[in-house]
Amino acid sequence: MLELTTVDTASLQRVILQHDVEQFLYKEARLLDERRLEEWLELLAEELHYWMPMRRNIKFGDWDLEFTSHETEINWFDEGKDVLAGRIRQINTGVHWPEEPVSRFEHIISNVELVGVEGDEISVNSKFFCYQNRLQDEVNQWVGRREDLLRRDPATKFKLVKRKIILAQNVMLPKVVNTFF
Amino acid sequence: MVTILRARGDRSIRSFIDYERGTISRELYVHPDIFEQEMEQIFQRCWLFLGHESQIPNPGDFIVSRMGTEEVIVVRDRKDKQIRAFLNSCRHRGMKVCRYDQGNNLVFTCPFHAWTYDTAGKLVGVGYGNHPEAYGDTRPGDQWGLAQVAQFKNFHGSLWATWDPKAPSFEDYLGPFTASLRHCLQSSDGEDGGLEMFTPFQRHRLPTNWKVPGFTSVTDGTHAAMTHRSAAAAGLHEDRGQGKAKPGTPFPREMYAIGDHNLGHGGQCTFYNQPGVPDYTDEWFEPGVDDYFRETAGRKAQLYANRVLAPHGWGGGHFAIFPCVMVDSWRIRWYHPHETGMVERWTLCGVDKNAPKHVKNAVRHYVQRYNGPTGFFESDDMENWNYVYPASRGVRARKLDYFFANGLGHGKYDDRLPGVVVNGAYTEEAQRARFSRWLAFMEAKSWDDLYPVNTSKNHRIW
Repeated sequence: MLELTTVDTASLQRVILQHDVEQFLYKEARLLDERRLEEWLELLAEELHYWMPMRRNIKFGDWDLEFTSHETEINWFDEGKDVLAGRIRQINTGVHWPEEPVSRFEHIISNVELVGVEGDEISVNSKFFCYQNRLQDEVNQWVGRREDLLRRDPATKFKLVKRKIILAQNVMLPKVVNTFF
Repeated sequence: MVTILRARGDRSIRSFIDYERGTISRELYVHPDIFEQEMEQIFQRCWLFLGHESQIPNPGDFIVSRMGTEEVIVVRDRKDKQIRAFLNSCRHRGMKVCRYDQGNNLVFTCPFHAWTYDTAGKLVGVGYGNHPEAYGDTRPGDQWGLAQVAQFKNFHGSLWATWDPKAPSFEDYLGPFTASLRHCLQSSDGEDGGLEMFTPFQRHRLPTNWKVPGFTSVTDGTHAAMTHRSAAAAGLHEDRGQGKAKPGTPFPREMYAIGDHNLGHGGQCTFYNQPGVPDYTDEWFEPGVDDYFRETAGRKAQLYANRVLAPHGWGGGHFAIFPCVMVDSWRIRWYHPHETGMVERWTLCGVDKNAPKHVKNAVRHYVQRYNGPTGFFESDDMENWNYVYPASRGVRARKLDYFFANGLGHGKYDDRLPGVVVNGAYTEEAQRARFSRWLAFMEAKSWDDLYPVNTSKNHRIW
């Protein structure tokens, strides 16, 4: 049986960091599902780059063609905190029709994997499943993964600095994407 | 051939439109018989939009596009550098010969039996082609190349095709809108074909009939105030930076809803009555972007010193090319039907190909946050277009008619666009014109009944 006293400090710190990062990502998801969008906004760094590329069907090996570029091409999302704040203002008008009446969203986050720590910045990968249930019978779902860069923050524990959202879709099948990932 | 709605007592198509009252039966939007006939009578005959030459600049470059319910490969040939379009279906057993969105190919090889086509669509090999126990003198020849569109047109960089060899030329098909489309494909300094398109196509599904967005909503002058109320309430209607604009010298121009009942095109268009262009007004947040557009507007003003802008104008409304391509100054949005209640919407956005990077970036970011399922503005459209369909197709609901009588009887012909009916900016003249043409297509035996249009073949029904 493992004796706690045999765990070295570095390993312990890593486990605590994993725990803290997971808690942050779960909280983010909960704020979105509880429609506390302005509180979610507070978890984002001022210089956030929030990016969801489109994904092409390409020949095996043409991997550099798979994702659309955020330098030159059209993406599903490619924006900063100011644009996200505008989206939230729009949803909160109460007359944004694809979100009026509001949806029942459930964001499920898993496979949280710390891939690098550099000073205050943590690279973390995770997966999401987002279920939308609306009106009587409208159901939309999005599945994918995210490559995030978090930065430690005294007030909110972390802030999200970069997020690349890798959606498992080619043609966007839901008619509107009215949540965040 | 009398086109009929089989499941409704063989009623003629014509009886579903009430020209006196200005109404259209909802059956035309929800009945599968109608949909099937539209695919044959309209989408097999009309000129359809495929994409833009800037998407395939190099020999061997290809994109997969659509014509109605079917995929087409649009490819620049390695030998003669010409662009052609082919049905994406192997001539042997019908497998898709290309399952990529884009790429660069030497040949297209079917993954089923290795029937192989070059970039001009010619069959250049088949699996077991030289095997002594295989084809021999039954080996397929040149007539087994990929099915090529009957006519293809590169119009100032925009690519169009039709399956019908008897369709008129693309310019004749556009009629008085030729100059309008040409103008929309110019860069902001007025150079012909001066745009390039941001890749790739933005593509998304809408669970509604293709005519809801494709006919009714192009152009729908009265929807914006209500549909896009949230964008205005959230301060997003000026999200490009237009809020800082100072009004320039007013330039004489008039906005109308216009419709060509004989060709089907029309929209909400700006008419200019004197040479020149309106003063440029600053409207971008990003630094340096207004400087660029002010400079190009100056060059365009010189170009148009003695010329009158084509109706439509830069940034003044949008118009549709029949059946369902919506065009304005930097966006082309169009619709591919899948089935009666499902349509796929595609968007291409353009920018001056010679613009510096900071200008291209500003335009790109703007169109990304404006258009489609993740767009501030169009997401509201999607909700309305979507729920029209389930709320119209019920047994009771489909017995009702849609009201298309806004401005009925007030349209007038106008010398500035011969043959086109001009009406108040917020009327439904353009929608009525599309249905005049729609009916002509649904009743026509061939293009002989559709073109040329003359006094004996005036298709205006209301």
